[in-house]
Amino acid sequence: MLAGIYGLVSASFFVVMDAVDVAFTEASVGAGISTLLMLTTVAMTERTEREARHKPLLAFIVVFITGIFLLYGTFDMPYFGSVDAPSHNHVGPRYTLDSMNEIGIPNMVTSVLASYRGFDTFGEVTVIFTAGIGVLALLGVVRRPEDNSVIEAVNDSMHEQHLILRIIIKILIPFILLYAFYVQFHGDFGPGGGFQAGVIFAAGIILYSMLFGLNIALRVIKQPVVQLLSAIGVLMYGSVGVVSILNGGSFLEYAVLSDDPISGQHLGILLIELGVGLTVASVMIIIYFSFSGRSEYRQSKEGTSL
Amino acid sequence: MTMILGLYNYWVVIVLMMIGFYMIIAHGNLIKKIVGLNIFQTSVFIFYISVGNIEGGSAPIWDESIILYSNPLPHVLILTAIVVGLATTALALALIVRLNEAYGSINEDEIQAMDNQDMVNHSLSNQHRDQEPC
Repeated sequence: MLAGIYGLVSASFFVVMDAVDVAFTEASVGAGISTLLMLTTVAMTERTEREARHKPLLAFIVVFITGIFLLYGTFDMPYFGSVDAPSHNHVGPRYTLDSMNEIGIPNMVTSVLASYRGFDTFGEVTVIFTAGIGVLALLGVVRRPEDNSVIEAVNDSMHEQHLILRIIIKILIPFILLYAFYVQFHGDFGPGGGFQAGVIFAAGIILYSMLFGLNIALRVIKQPVVQLLSAIGVLMYGSVGVVSILNGGSFLEYAVLSDDPISGQHLGILLIELGVGLTVASVMIIIYFSFSGRSEYRQSKEGTSL
Repeated sequence: MTMILGLYNYWVVIVLMMIGFYMIIAHGNLIKKIVGLNIFQTSVFIFYISVGNIEGGSAPIWDESIILYSNPLPHVLILTAIVVGLATTALALALIVRLNEAYGSINEDEIQAMDNQDMVNHSLSNQHRDQEPC
């Protein structure tokens, strides 16, 4: 709960500092999914912490000294919000002044993310994909049909209590998913893009499976399909780069994708954001499904052993 | 006074970062360590975004009427870092869940103690085996 509030507060921090795209991401990630994962893990392990700390005084001294040194370092830093800070004097002005002519989309964050720094983003999407594979390898459970009856009985008894929530969520979910698509395709013009849209889409699906049970959610969204989609997202990103090589440009140079460089950029960014959105959404769904599948698996195992 | 107003953003970042650092060092509970790591991570995010901010600038979305924008580069870096951070946190939590299944504990000291015990038992049994042929 506190972690959720912390995520929301830091999101509003980012809005104050003009970083709307970042705030968007932090609000959906920090206040939503990461809190949920923390709570799931706590529920699956131990609720209380045992009093065992390693020499708190020593740790405090180390932290204190590091803090003093860092504080000393800040005295040479440029003041908050100053225009002539070194960070605004290199590539920053190029992005703000020329991106409208070179890329042709109003949201500079998207043009830097997808076009100027497309390599970085490709690496990051790959990291997310790899993390998804890792979670699947660690927590993936092969479901057998006979397990399901026990779990379903547990789920039904639990879900009777949340009747109002279930009805309201049923109405809300189409709008959440629609909003995710809006964020995905409006990312060129306003705050938004593949990363945010992916997380919001996944949040809609996760909400559904929280209230209706994993089994019903798995009936709608097949796990192999989601796994395939996460790989397709990364592949789509990479193949846009390969196509631009085949068209005579360098890797991820979108200008050669079309006769007109600007519309080439548009096309490239659209495809890449779609790839990012696919991968992020399906990896988040995979992560949540693996966690909750694991806890249900353990519950059913405990249930049969009792 | 101008110094305090000009540098307070860094100090907020340092305080948050040190809170996270302390949690990572001092707590034996692995989930608490991850929470500390997350706080540390957020402090870095805030640092980057505050570096990218320009007094009087607006959000970096192009419009004819605006002449001064915040620096979009830190925003891009942090935007992706947040989602990557979530993915890596999930991986860490998955590891913790598996550790808990294997050891029945998520306390660093207890896991270490069990590992040491295993090692001692293992070497004892090895010695035993070495001595048997004699």
